[in-house]
Amino acid sequence: MESPVVLAAVVASTIATILIGVYGMRVARTTSDFFVASRTVRPMWNASAISGEYLSAASFLGVAGLVMKYGVDMLWYPVGFAAGYLILLLLVAAPLRRFGAYTIPDFAEGRLDSLVVRRLATAFVLLIGWFYLLPQLKGAGVTLRAILGAPYWVGVIAVGALITANVFFGGMKGITFVQAFQYWLKVTAISLPAVVLLFHYHDDGAPRLTVHAPPTFRTETTVDVRVKARFEVDEPTAVRLRGVLDGTRYGGPDGETSPVTLAVGEHSVAPRTHITFPAGAAAPHTVGQEAASGHTWSRPFGPVSGERTHPLFFTYSLMLATFLGTMGLPHILVRFYTNPDGRAARQTTLIVLMLLGAFYIFPAVYGALGRLYAPDLYLTKATDTVVLALPGRVFSGFGGELLSGLVAAGAFAAFLSTASGLLISVAGALAQDVFKGQVKDFKRGAAVAGMVAIVLGLGVERFDINLLVGWAFAIAASSFCPLLVLGIWWRGLTAAGAGAGIAVGGGLASGAILITMLARPGPGWAEALLGQPAAWSVPIAFLTMVVVSRLTARRLPTEVGAKMVAMHAPEALGLGRNYRE
Amino acid sequence: MSEIDPSLAARRVAVRNPRGRATKPTTPGERALAELKEQTEVGEVLLRSLTRAQLMLAVRIFAVFGFFLLGLPALFATHPRLADYRILGLPLPWLVLGLAVYPLLVLLALLYVRQAERNERDFIEFIERS
Repeated sequence: MESPVVLAAVVASTIATILIGVYGMRVARTTSDFFVASRTVRPMWNASAISGEYLSAASFLGVAGLVMKYGVDMLWYPVGFAAGYLILLLLVAAPLRRFGAYTIPDFAEGRLDSLVVRRLATAFVLLIGWFYLLPQLKGAGVTLRAILGAPYWVGVIAVGALITANVFFGGMKGITFVQAFQYWLKVTAISLPAVVLLFHYHDDGAPRLTVHAPPTFRTETTVDVRVKARFEVDEPTAVRLRGVLDGTRYGGPDGETSPVTLAVGEHSVAPRTHITFPAGAAAPHTVGQEAASGHTWSRPFGPVSGERTHPLFFTYSLMLATFLGTMGLPHILVRFYTNPDGRAARQTTLIVLMLLGAFYIFPAVYGALGRLYAPDLYLTKATDTVVLALPGRVFSGFGGELLSGLVAAGAFAAFLSTASGLLISVAGALAQDVFKGQVKDFKRGAAVAGMVAIVLGLGVERFDINLLVGWAFAIAASSFCPLLVLGIWWRGLTAAGAGAGIAVGGGLASGAILITMLARPGPGWAEALLGQPAAWSVPIAFLTMVVVSRLTARRLPTEVGAKMVAMHAPEALGLGRNYRE
Repeated sequence: MSEIDPSLAARRVAVRNPRGRATKPTTPGERALAELKEQTEVGEVLLRSLTRAQLMLAVRIFAVFGFFLLGLPALFATHPRLADYRILGLPLPWLVLGLAVYPLLVLLALLYVRQAERNERDFIEFIERS
């Protein structure tokens, strides 16, 4: 992986990102430019930017890694990530744009005339924004480690500093161009190598992936273990080894290897150990996780059933979190405000669904072919890097390096864009509600938000990327989804009801996730319910909002009728007015 | 660089007059428009007809979507043999979740956008005629 071509590709994608940001900065002149890109962005640009911002490390790296590890069940992640936009289109896109709210706190205050609800919404924007920033920075850390062999903290600090600087100097106008560029970079970076890999698979005789056997090494493979690893072997395997296995040193100083037979059971190897597996050997796997046969791996409720007590509940709860959480992600909503009107907001969402669909058919290709061509990633627990590793495994020489460089550039684009978008939202929330709301406050917000994210990002190395992302969705679905849906469609929503719903729903979801992160409950319903809370926290949030609103029905916000007109009447009637302009 | 405090700017409300005239409504269409604008009971009923139509449309589209997507995990759980079917060389669950879902989402979105815009055009026509 440590090739100059790959490094050059990453540097080129980063420089292009900065240059487009700088170009955009020269266009950004006034306060309103900074905050809303002057609302002059067309649907195609806007949709590219939304998709560019949305396709994060979880989509670019995480999905393929999970598919490789757990099989077809994990395809629910990308399906949910995309389907969230259909729900957003059905319930939120046009009315929210017509209302003229720029952020969720703006909507909360404008719709409910309550500064308290606004502050509460701001608190959740910060929580969700920072929560979602962590997996991006984690992705940056592991990618730089895979590309350069650099320690984890280097990637976190380097990428964190880069996006903070970019947001600090560029404002949002620059970011719109940057994000649109990032989408097209990412979709090229994932699709082109995938197509080439599929041709190779075809020429290779298209070996079946659904066989009744665990993954095996197809050719003699030398695994270079870089981080201390523990793995499990299911059948005695004769290998050649140089380095330290189970505390014993093998091989000579000049790179000679010793023949060793790995006995059935657990083994541990020290960093910088090289193990050469013969062709046809079964690949060792992570301790505690059974080696899934291709047959189980390819079926619904396959390997995941071994780890989750209630896989069907997990699937439904994850679906609910991703379907309903998308509309509550702070960095997504902002982009809808840059549409000129409600119709454009709908067109934009429609194009986003096409762009995301075009992207999400490819990660599964890497996950499935990784099982065939890179089974050593099971051993080193590095399935998250299968997208980065696969082109280099299959193709040798300059062609392989070029493809590796392309996917590395795409992965880099993935954290740069999502993390920038999140940082803008967090910085905006800080500037508007914590500082005073001028250009210099936005810059101050960007600096503070970036530094907090970097510090927290250094501490999440042990958490799985997609798990963190799934949790951010669950919190958003339990707090902002009910606020938006009821606020747009129900006249009876009161400030007290909305506040109670956000606090109870968002609080319960966050609490369940914190317990799971810190206490790690054992198998059983408690683990299932706390580990993926959306299935119960979302209904509770809705119910709380409705019940408390009913109880406080005498304190309806002012001008509810006019606000409903503003949200739902077509622009052609000329009745609309921006409640927060 | 203008230094308008955005929180102040945010409270500024655009005062717009439909069609640029400040006279009393005379034609039936302008009367209906005024009802909407003034938020009379008639206006509220008019608007409810639109929001109800849009919400019912959303519910219908969601029902189709839910029938397919929310039904799938239950279907796979109760009929594990479905995974044995292959179409175009791909096992059925992979084909559905990896490929077929996305055109379905786009199709539903397209249907929704077209019908939602039709609802709005009908509403405008209704206001202008009534």
